[in-house]
Amino acid sequence: MLLSFLGLPPAFLILSFITILCALYVVTNNNPVYSVLALILTFFSISAHYVLLNAQFLAVVNLIVYAGAIMVLFLFVLMLLNLNKENEPMVKMGWYVGAAVSAGLLLVILAAALHRSSEQIMRNPADNIGLVKNLGKVLFTDYLVPFELSGILFLAAMVGAVLLGKRQTTNENSHSDSES
Amino acid sequence: MNPDSIFNTLDISHYIYLSSVLFCIGLFGVLTRRNAIVLLMCIELMLNAVNLLFVAFSSYMGDAAGQLFVFFIMVVAAAEAAVGLAIIVMIYRNTRSTDVGLFDKLKG
Repeated sequence: MLLSFLGLPPAFLILSFITILCALYVVTNNNPVYSVLALILTFFSISAHYVLLNAQFLAVVNLIVYAGAIMVLFLFVLMLLNLNKENEPMVKMGWYVGAAVSAGLLLVILAAALHRSSEQIMRNPADNIGLVKNLGKVLFTDYLVPFELSGILFLAAMVGAVLLGKRQTTNENSHSDSES
Repeated sequence: MNPDSIFNTLDISHYIYLSSVLFCIGLFGVLTRRNAIVLLMCIELMLNAVNLLFVAFSSYMGDAAGQLFVFFIMVVAAAEAAVGLAIIVMIYRNTRSTDVGLFDKLKG
């Protein structure tokens, strides 16, 4: 069978192919709206990876938070700012070469540094680890303080976003106050 | 445990390679794009590569702590996206552009 080359499971191969293809589309497309849509597809395939890895609750949370909330926020901002393809800022060709070389070097270093780590981890997969009951038990006992701190972080981020997004009507120097 | 499950048929090194490739694609995007919103999206892509590796290690080792760290990464990513997009909207109001090459004029 064509899909079972290298001895890998076909589900993993197909999902990885979709993930990498969509990620490449995100970084190479000139239209930001298409980039957002491709990034949503990437997040969907990463959620499918989570299901494959028995992390069912995280898969759903990834869909709701990332693909649902954060990417809609990005899409709203893109549409509000009225950016189109004509004024999309581009870089010179040399930047592409340099970025490709540095990213490729990082990839080589990461693969060389990590390719033996599978022999060092303790393999002990469990069926029920990604379910909400198990995760909630760990979250509200061992990780209660980080959980509360992340709530405070959210509150601070919300206050900061509202403060930054508000129009400054008292500032005389701001020349964008005249339009509504 | 099902003998056909992914833990018996696939070595974790393949997830390491996949996450490394995704992270490097995100890095390539950060280095080449000049639109500030697309830069934030590339950072989200890099964060998701790390998340995938966390979940892979957590599932292979049977330890729930790795999946909880993914929760906290999602919290930080959401806060970062909200504040970052607010900053970008504010800069766009002043300069009519989201080009990061024009953001070097922090002279008040």
